[in-house]
Amino acid sequence: MENIMEQLSVTHSTFVIERSYPTSPERVFAAFADPAKKRRWFAEGGSSGPREFEMDFRVGGSEHSRGKMQDGTPLANDTSYQDIEPNRRIVFAYTMSVGGRRISASLSTIELLATDKGTDFVYTEQAAFFEGSDGPKIRQAGWSSLFEQLAKELAR
Amino acid sequence: MPRLKVNIDRVFHALGDPTRRAIVERLSEGAMSASRLAVPLDITVAAVVQHLQILEKSGLVRTTKVGRVRTCRIEPAGLSVAERWIGERRSMWERRFDRLGDLLEEPDEG
Repeated sequence: MENIMEQLSVTHSTFVIERSYPTSPERVFAAFADPAKKRRWFAEGGSSGPREFEMDFRVGGSEHSRGKMQDGTPLANDTSYQDIEPNRRIVFAYTMSVGGRRISASLSTIELLATDKGTDFVYTEQAAFFEGSDGPKIRQAGWSSLFEQLAKELAR
Repeated sequence: MPRLKVNIDRVFHALGDPTRRAIVERLSEGAMSASRLAVPLDITVAAVVQHLQILEKSGLVRTTKVGRVRTCRIEPAGLSVAERWIGERRSMWERRFDRLGDLLEEPDEG
């Protein structure tokens, strides 16, 4: 019997971002732990910031952020804190939704290391991106680029 | 995910067939099993599998077989949708950490 269910696809990926901040791990950590501070750098989409931002910074606590993309599409971020070692490590799981539809779930780790210059900062994200998360526009852009390349080859 | 080198001759040959173009069009809307692809094309699953082999050799499509089901996906080499998404997500965090850097340079209000 043929399986008539919609084909689902998940893409897994891990990426790492490293920074060095010329300040103490305590100050870097405070920028994550203090809602007033976090709001200022975490918000995407312009100076107006997210429409909603609430945060309960503790293991088992949640954080919710609601905003809009440039074209007005609603964007939502829901975070759950998994592990907190003050001034040293934060681990959280988060999901993103675009236009009300969940597009990804990730596990993120932040590690802070004191150095003589300040703080070495390492962000590691292990993400699962769901079917349809790319959207038709991105797929289209990829294909037209490929066909342009093909056309150039054929024109030789 | 290993990067496949796009061989333009193979891509041209793969896309030169109308059935294969139809398969590529269908897959660009989402992953699908080989047997499901056969239905609207009104050809046998065996014929679909042969077309998929050519498409896979050209680097345009990737198939994986689990049990008896062969699932097919678009894979435009070097233009991977997944790579693009990860790039965008990564850029979002990079912008955030740039702003964090700016905030940390300000004198603390205490």
